[in-house]
Amino acid sequence: MSRAADVGTATQIVLAVAVAPMLVGVTRQTRARLEGRAGAGWRQPYRDLRKLLRKQSLRPRGTTIVFAAAPLLVAASTLAAAGLVPIVVASPTTTRIGDLFVVVGLLLFGTVTLALAGLDSGTAFGGMGASRTITMAALVEPSLLLAVFALSVPVRSTSLAAIVTSVAAHPETVARPGAVLAGAALVVAVLAETGRLPIDNPATHLELTMVHEAMTLEYAGPRLAVIEWASALRLTVLLALLANLFWPAGIAIHNVSAPALLLATVAITAKLVVLAAVLGGAEVLLAKLRLFRVPELLAGAFLLGLLAVTTSSVLSVNAS
Amino acid sequence: MLAHVLLAACTGFGLIVPAGVLLARTAARPVVAGGGTAVLGVAGVALGVQSIRAGVVPVRIGWLLPLSGAQFGGDALSGLFVLVVGAVAVAVGVYLIGYARDGHLPTAALAIIPGFVGAMLLVPLAGSVTTFLAMWELMALTSTVLVLTDHERAACRRAGLVYAVMTHLGFLAVLVGLVTFAAGVGSEVFAAMARDGAALPPATRDAIFLLTVAGFASKAGLLPLHAWLPRGHPEAPGPVSALMSAAMVALGVYGLIRIDVVALGVGPGWWGLTLLVIGATSAVYAVLQASVATDLKRLLAYSTSENMGLVAVGLGAAMLLRSAAQPAAAAVAFAAAMLQVVNHAAFKSLAFLGASTVQRATGQRDLDQLGGLARRMPATSGLFGIAALAGSGLPLGAAFISEWLLLQSLVHAVPSHSSTVALAMPLTVAAVALSAGLGIAAMVKAFGVGFLARPRTAAADAAVDPSAAMVAGMALAAAACVLLAVAPALTGPLFAHLDGVVPGLDGGVRWGRVLELSGLRGAMSPLGVLAAVAAAALLIAMSIGLTRRGRPAPTTVPLWACGAGPLTPRMQYTASAFAEPLQRVFDDVLRPDTDIEVSHLDESRYMLDRIRYRRQISDAVEARLYAPILRVVEAGAHLVRRAHNGRLHWYLGYGAVGLLIALVVAR
Amino acid sequence: MLRHVDAGSCNGCEVEIAGCFSPVYDIERHGVRLTASPRHADGLLVTGVVTHNMRQALLDAYDATPEPKVVIAVGDCARNCGELAGGPGVAGAVGEVVPIDVEIAGCPPTPDQIVASLRGIVGR
Repeated sequence: MSRAADVGTATQIVLAVAVAPMLVGVTRQTRARLEGRAGAGWRQPYRDLRKLLRKQSLRPRGTTIVFAAAPLLVAASTLAAAGLVPIVVASPTTTRIGDLFVVVGLLLFGTVTLALAGLDSGTAFGGMGASRTITMAALVEPSLLLAVFALSVPVRSTSLAAIVTSVAAHPETVARPGAVLAGAALVVAVLAETGRLPIDNPATHLELTMVHEAMTLEYAGPRLAVIEWASALRLTVLLALLANLFWPAGIAIHNVSAPALLLATVAITAKLVVLAAVLGGAEVLLAKLRLFRVPELLAGAFLLGLLAVTTSSVLSVNAS
Repeated sequence: MLAHVLLAACTGFGLIVPAGVLLARTAARPVVAGGGTAVLGVAGVALGVQSIRAGVVPVRIGWLLPLSGAQFGGDALSGLFVLVVGAVAVAVGVYLIGYARDGHLPTAALAIIPGFVGAMLLVPLAGSVTTFLAMWELMALTSTVLVLTDHERAACRRAGLVYAVMTHLGFLAVLVGLVTFAAGVGSEVFAAMARDGAALPPATRDAIFLLTVAGFASKAGLLPLHAWLPRGHPEAPGPVSALMSAAMVALGVYGLIRIDVVALGVGPGWWGLTLLVIGATSAVYAVLQASVATDLKRLLAYSTSENMGLVAVGLGAAMLLRSAAQPAAAAVAFAAAMLQVVNHAAFKSLAFLGASTVQRATGQRDLDQLGGLARRMPATSGLFGIAALAGSGLPLGAAFISEWLLLQSLVHAVPSHSSTVALAMPLTVAAVALSAGLGIAAMVKAFGVGFLARPRTAAADAAVDPSAAMVAGMALAAAACVLLAVAPALTGPLFAHLDGVVPGLDGGVRWGRVLELSGLRGAMSPLGVLAAVAAAALLIAMSIGLTRRGRPAPTTVPLWACGAGPLTPRMQYTASAFAEPLQRVFDDVLRPDTDIEVSHLDESRYMLDRIRYRRQISDAVEARLYAPILRVVEAGAHLVRRAHNGRLHWYLGYGAVGLLIALVVAR
Repeated sequence: MLRHVDAGSCNGCEVEIAGCFSPVYDIERHGVRLTASPRHADGLLVTGVVTHNMRQALLDAYDATPEPKVVIAVGDCARNCGELAGGPGVAGAVGEVVPIDVEIAGCPPTPDQIVASLRGIVGR
């Protein structure tokens, strides 16, 4: 691993950190425009974060160190996952630290920490949010891991660098039935992991409909800023994963010189903005599912994942 | 030579310490029992390491057992399991010194615990069928007596009965299987059986496989013969549960490996598939029950079943892939199973010790009555948190590494020429993923509801941290958990010695700071993940700290109650509430008993006095599988009773006919 | 980010506030949003006269909001009890319970007035 690859890895971490609030802003702005409003602009989340950092931090009575440390742990695990995913460079220096299973695991670690914080707050809404989040995380795990499995079959490896490099070299493999089904399962899993419609409405004010928001009702000031930024980063990481696993055009593979990194940065930012806009547009059209219909949706994603793996294995057997 | 000295030491301690307990003063008994167990554990660890490095030369003691004599010997595989049992015994022994103070455990239990540990240490070192069965039975008897420590309570008596019956049914299956094996090979020594096992006729091998799997799977707590686990562990005293759950079930796995993987040789694919299916169903069903259990120890007991299910998945995948000629993936699956056994021993012993500390401090096992222990028992809560993290399968925990290895082996299985493998691998990945997700739900519930927020009852409010010995015992187990999570490379050199012992399943993983799969493409570094998360946390904390100047000073405030007045602890989410969505989703599998009782006022049927709602989730396997079988057996017994008609000449006739049959068969 | 507290209003002011968030007036483009929890809020948007039952709740919401915070009293009832002055369930105007920073007059105030006042606070 060369110095240039190190620079590339650092670039992608800085990019993820900086671009995360922008994606949330783009999603909200697209939604506003499609609803006929002018919207607050794509820079509003940055203003919100700046304002939150200047607010007072509150310690609710009866909570423990878990409540105090949870935002930091969520953000740290999501940032670590951002370092492992190929965003700008196909083979970041961290590629031997973790593969796709580790990335999924790190994101799950963040979810669990936030759920524990929700339980620690000692309010009924905190426990409710924690219970719902953990239920959905448990049910989305099989679909997610099966999609990972399906993507790893043609490359014989779950290393993200290997998968992205292979898709970049043979773009037509994305049209295989296994890859298409895996993509569909992955899209549903990403929606569940990031807490977006139709699984959860991030803009709701009704506590009984909340899943992710309910766990953060007690947080204020800088801790709230860290949590909001961490969920924006989570969205960024998952969208970047989706983009680069299926369409890695522009990513720096072997050439990690400065112009190549610049091109890769511009390419991924463009892809992320497009995906965020598509997400915002889709949210306008979708309604939130009833809580106990969500497992049916996740079971459907699981079946898609299972079909993806079996078609990948069967078709690769026929080819070999 | 050293190994024989250590072996003698273990056996000697196993006899001396119980005697010492009985002879010591009442006040000194806990120290003698606990300290003796810990010393026995240390001897076991040393013996295990020595056996892994150099093996134990077989030694025969002709007078110990009648008719066949006793034979002890061991190799790297035995050494691994002796090491695991010894390590668990050390932690439990140190813990016992503090737990048993003030007469908390009766003298009988204190005396038998070292004997139990001694029997467990000798099981992997048994070199012949009779020795193995004798040690196995000794282990079963001592553990039954220990489960019945609290025999004044009816629930404990029932649990002891179920445990005794099931362990002996398992023993029967293992007995018949091993005796058939020995008869077929012509020798009861394990070395000879391993040499000639593959040459037996296929039907015999299949029968031996099925019988021994039934027996050992029952001891390991796999479905459908697991019912003794969730009944027995909550009723047994805490240290005993830790020993049983962390060490004894591992010996069931040892039996599976010794007979079904090593001795019987490479078998047909359906052997591995059977083990795979048993393991996957155990894992998913048990963890589902764990995620809806509100009794802390019952939750942990079902979690043991789940982890043993994952071990069985690893073993089954290894056997299946071995017979499908995929040695690299098979080796990785086997390594995953072994690592899972070691990891499980570490975090499960810690979890049970923590649960028993909580029970001793509050008198409660029910999570719905606990809460707020993090402020009142910080040491215990922190250590239990380490166990929960290690057992949950999240990164930075120990179980993640063995789970990662298992998933890698399943994902890398090439499905060519075998549609069984092509279909089995994705379904197994799904089962492992689901069990990981539900396991996380169970652990979050146990830690979050039991230890965080505020206490739900006065008993939880009054809890205090336990004595130094108990904390030290738990800290030892916690140190093992942390070490295994961060540096599994430490276990690497031990695993490397397993090469050659288990044919076709060695050398799967290159252990180092980065775990690499040999023969397959895959690498992971647990230390690297920890470093990445720590670096990220530092960066973020520093950035937030830099902005501190622009903020007003932080204050402490009451919880936001939506303006409805102060929140009472009763308004917190309970464990039953936490698991309710999962229970609804899996309603058909769990089949809870729901009971609603409406009582009206005397004056008018239109006015309600009280509505009583009761929901109970019992083990569906027990209700739907055991109950019909027990009914059939009972009906059969009633039928046979007709032959007991009290007339003497009928009984004489029975005896004569029996003798005739025996004479005819023996010709 | 504002947390709305209805201390005892006839809901006329709420209808006007809801109109502010519609596509016609779209107060969100100035960066104003409603939140579910006072902990996330920069201020309270209080409507209606303070009734006896809501007095403590209003105080709790005020205490739960982190500094720096503002309190905006919307409508005549919030400012000086308006039409409901002297009523049996009335504890007083909002200013008698929590310190007010901004008042918006009207019964009910039009969305234009509300938007103009809030823009004055936000500065956009």
